[in-house]
Amino acid sequence: MKKKIIFDDKETALILNNFISGILNSGIKFDNAVIIGIKNGGVPIAGLIKKAVRERFNIDCKIGYIDMTLYRDDPFSVKKSGESTELAFDIDDKEVILVDDVINSGRTVRASIDEIFDFGRPGKIKLAVFIDKGGRELPICPDFTGKKVKADKKEIINVNVLSKKKFVEKI
Amino acid sequence: MTFDKKDLISIKDLSASDINYFIETAKEFKKISLKDIKKVPTLRGRTVVNIFYEPSTRTRSSFEIAQKRLSADSLSISVSQSSVVKGESLKDTILNLEAMNPDAFVIRHSESGAANFISKWTKASVINAGDGINEHPTQCLLDIMTVMEEKKEIKSLKVAIIGDICHSRVARSDIYGFSKLGADIYLYAPHSLLPRLIELKNVKIAKNMEEAVKNADIIIMLRIQKERASFYFIPSIEEYRKFFQLTPELLSKASAGVMVLHPGPVNRDVEIAGSIINADKTRIFKQVENGIAVRMACLYILLRFQKKNKNK
Repeated sequence: MKKKIIFDDKETALILNNFISGILNSGIKFDNAVIIGIKNGGVPIAGLIKKAVRERFNIDCKIGYIDMTLYRDDPFSVKKSGESTELAFDIDDKEVILVDDVINSGRTVRASIDEIFDFGRPGKIKLAVFIDKGGRELPICPDFTGKKVKADKKEIINVNVLSKKKFVEKI
Repeated sequence: MTFDKKDLISIKDLSASDINYFIETAKEFKKISLKDIKKVPTLRGRTVVNIFYEPSTRTRSSFEIAQKRLSADSLSISVSQSSVVKGESLKDTILNLEAMNPDAFVIRHSESGAANFISKWTKASVINAGDGINEHPTQCLLDIMTVMEEKKEIKSLKVAIIGDICHSRVARSDIYGFSKLGADIYLYAPHSLLPRLIELKNVKIAKNMEEAVKNADIIIMLRIQKERASFYFIPSIEEYRKFFQLTPELLSKASAGVMVLHPGPVNRDVEIAGSIINADKTRIFKQVENGIAVRMACLYILLRFQKKNKNK
């Protein structure tokens, strides 16, 4: 399959920086916030947001992860893997920052929100997505976006923010 | 790993990797039972029919709870309140229920082979919840899951199965399942209650309780099955108690980390001393807890196969 780098290391770092600054400067009260990464893509980005919050505000936000397979609108299309949801804290009345790497149809976010509500009643949920691929099929709009990218439904956007050379590629 | 069969009738149909796949999936589903809201929407819109031709407390409630936690619509038919008492045959009962378009049947029947029989007459998935003296595959899976939670692997564990093995579908499924995963199995029972025709190379017949229990990592105790006339096979209950009961003294000869399993119902102080039941070596309630997760996994895996096949 053909891979095409759309943002190289430098560009990715810049977008990431602006993306995280946007979240930090948005006025969210981080002492009442929790960060939830959607597995698997949202996990590293959620980690980076947590790290940035600690560095700027000296607040250790709780971090959790969601595997929404069982809440999909097509629950059988992917196999339930050994990945599982880890929300080992109370989310009642918390401000949840829900994090994913790429948003497309919005169905993953819908399923994730459904799952979050089975754990409690958060005060607010804010959606932070690094790359917005467009092509929404549900009325879901991220509160924070790193970059909008034009891509076909079939094209996969692969985000890597953890390796030494960061990149965003289109497959 | 995938599982590409419509039904779960026998552990013999599962490979070692299939068994691991069921257990891995069950481990994930177990977490749902620990949440505040114990329900996921995964099987919404699917209909599961439970037909119990034999009495059951654990298996039936376990299957029903598993279905509810996955949001499936389920109904349970007790034979005593069904048309079976008016003389309807098993096949006709199934064909009529089949016309209502269920997605899965869970069946318990006193006749060995009943689950296999109905699987030929329905497009729905069939889960064997115990057929006569043949098999009880979900019990085997939950036993393996319970062991795997504590022991890293089943391979070369000494598993003792003691009691009315001849009439026990649990024993049969456990023998197949544990031997597929490489355990060394020791059977012990009165001669009249030992199975014939089990020819697996890692299954041995012990000479006495001590040989069966000594250094055992897992001890699976079975009850004498009154409903299958097992009493005709032994001189008396008193004698059975004397020679075949698991006592604290015998248990002390097992390995230090021994786990005692029992599929229930327990006949206290017959096959197992009452003092052992609530002690720290037994995993009876753990088995019950894991039963729900295993049954959720079975329903999910089989219905997923159905859905994938329909789409083809």
